[in-house]
Amino acid sequence: MTAAVTIRGVHKRYRNVQALKGVDLEIRRGEFFGLLGPNGAGKSTLINIMAGLAHLDAGSIAVLGHDVQRDYRQARRALGVVPQELVFDPFFSVREVLRIQAGYFGLGRENYPWIEELIQALMLADKAEANMRTLSGGMKRRVLVAQALVHKPRVVVLDEPTAGVDVELRQLLWQFIKRLHGEGHTIVLTTHYLEEAESLCERIAILDRGAIIALDSKAGLLARGMDRMTLTVHTEQPLTALPSLLDGKVKHHVGNELALQLHRHSDSIAGILDALRDQGAVIADLHTDKPDLEDVFLELTRRERRA
Amino acid sequence: MNLRGFGMLLYKELLRFYKVAFQTLLAPVVTALLYLLVFGHVLDEHVHAYPGVRYTAFLIPGLVMMSVLQNAFANSSSSLIQSKITGNLIFVLMTPLSHVEFFLAFVLAAVLRGVLVGAGVYLAGLFFVPLPLHNALVLLAFALLGSAVLATLGVIAGLWADKFDQLAGFQNFIIMPLTFLSGVFYSIHSLPAFWQGLSHFNPFFYMIDGFRYGFFGISDVSPWRSLAVVLLALVVLSAMTLELLRRGYKIRS
Repeated sequence: MTAAVTIRGVHKRYRNVQALKGVDLEIRRGEFFGLLGPNGAGKSTLINIMAGLAHLDAGSIAVLGHDVQRDYRQARRALGVVPQELVFDPFFSVREVLRIQAGYFGLGRENYPWIEELIQALMLADKAEANMRTLSGGMKRRVLVAQALVHKPRVVVLDEPTAGVDVELRQLLWQFIKRLHGEGHTIVLTTHYLEEAESLCERIAILDRGAIIALDSKAGLLARGMDRMTLTVHTEQPLTALPSLLDGKVKHHVGNELALQLHRHSDSIAGILDALRDQGAVIADLHTDKPDLEDVFLELTRRERRA
Repeated sequence: MNLRGFGMLLYKELLRFYKVAFQTLLAPVVTALLYLLVFGHVLDEHVHAYPGVRYTAFLIPGLVMMSVLQNAFANSSSSLIQSKITGNLIFVLMTPLSHVEFFLAFVLAAVLRGVLVGAGVYLAGLFFVPLPLHNALVLLAFALLGSAVLATLGVIAGLWADKFDQLAGFQNFIIMPLTFLSGVFYSIHSLPAFWQGLSHFNPFFYMIDGFRYGFFGISDVSPWRSLAVVLLALVVLSAMTLELLRRGYKIRS
């Protein structure tokens, strides 16, 4: 069976920035896939090439086996992209926007029931006749999701769909996206909220400065951090100076709270506590945590920076 | 060919200007009528362009064609730049529409707006002075081809401009002078030889001259020659625009 998305050796340069440096990636059908990376890593560039909004310099991308350049009509029918920016056409109402969008894909009246279903599912019914200009940011975001789905694409890409979105809408969106995934759609998600990726995605790729630096199942990625732990120490008085033993290990240090990123084997908790006491610290409380995706993410992207 | 997709893009482009018809259809008719009122009133007694034709009658076809051309240009260029600047052009670019379908929909919508405004000016003009009709087919051919040329230019300008003031520059420094100096308000035979010669390099002159022939059966140059020039301009500009769209010039990075 062909993959949902096949990315081979993709290079992309913008003037003097090498945005993508040979990206290879295969996203399987029916997968809930996370594409993570810091700002400017190249996530949006990759999505833009998939959607036909940007040209690639070398390599190829296929959606359900259809090359996005050669076979662009088929590729675009198979793909729905929810863009990151809140863009909209100020001339039309919500229902008009959705019918027009479906029309571009050659779909007419026969598709109206699906559009009404989208309007219901995304709770847009009250605003279906309202002009796009008059909608709140959250409403516009929902229209963007509906717009990406009007042609029933098999592969759905969401580029940071929950950025700046309130809790209620976030819940609604995730519920809806989970439903799509349950119905067999392939979902590709980019997000800044790592806990979202951790709770939703089956496999995750981490993109950093135009290259994939990790590609693994969620469990596999988390296991990479298993030899690490976080030690959080609360002291009676704020610490003014830290022992040199802790150089490079501090995750954060605010007032009475000090969080340290430690290696399970090479770092000794007892030694660290002794060093703190030598500085005159009175320890009030302490606990350790297993690494989460955020730790792994930071570790991997920092390691790249050092390399 | 994604015929239904093309049809929808055309429909959307028509709906876009129809929704603001006051500004896109009515306002240009009123502007043209003001020209007619002022110039017709002041010059009707003094200027004679063609023998046996009153100046007001001579002026109307010029104003009709000027409105057709300017509105065709305004429609495709402003629609494109608005979509580019607000970012919603991506909703068209992410669809299976080809560059040819894109081109045809934008040009056709602009032609229709140009012709609608032109028809409005023509009908209103009939209240001022009766107009002969020498050959309706010639008239229609020049209106359609001329507006298609300007619609195509509008697509180029809309693609090229990054900001509204760049587009305004294109309009004010290229489109306006070329239309005003094309013989809308005068017959080029009334010009000194140098300016008369120069007018022959202005493609807009041929559009207006050929269009006017459709009314009076009189023209400064042969309508066949005008037709050839307009057709050539359309073919060259269309080829250019199609190539820009195929490459995604300034719309696909």
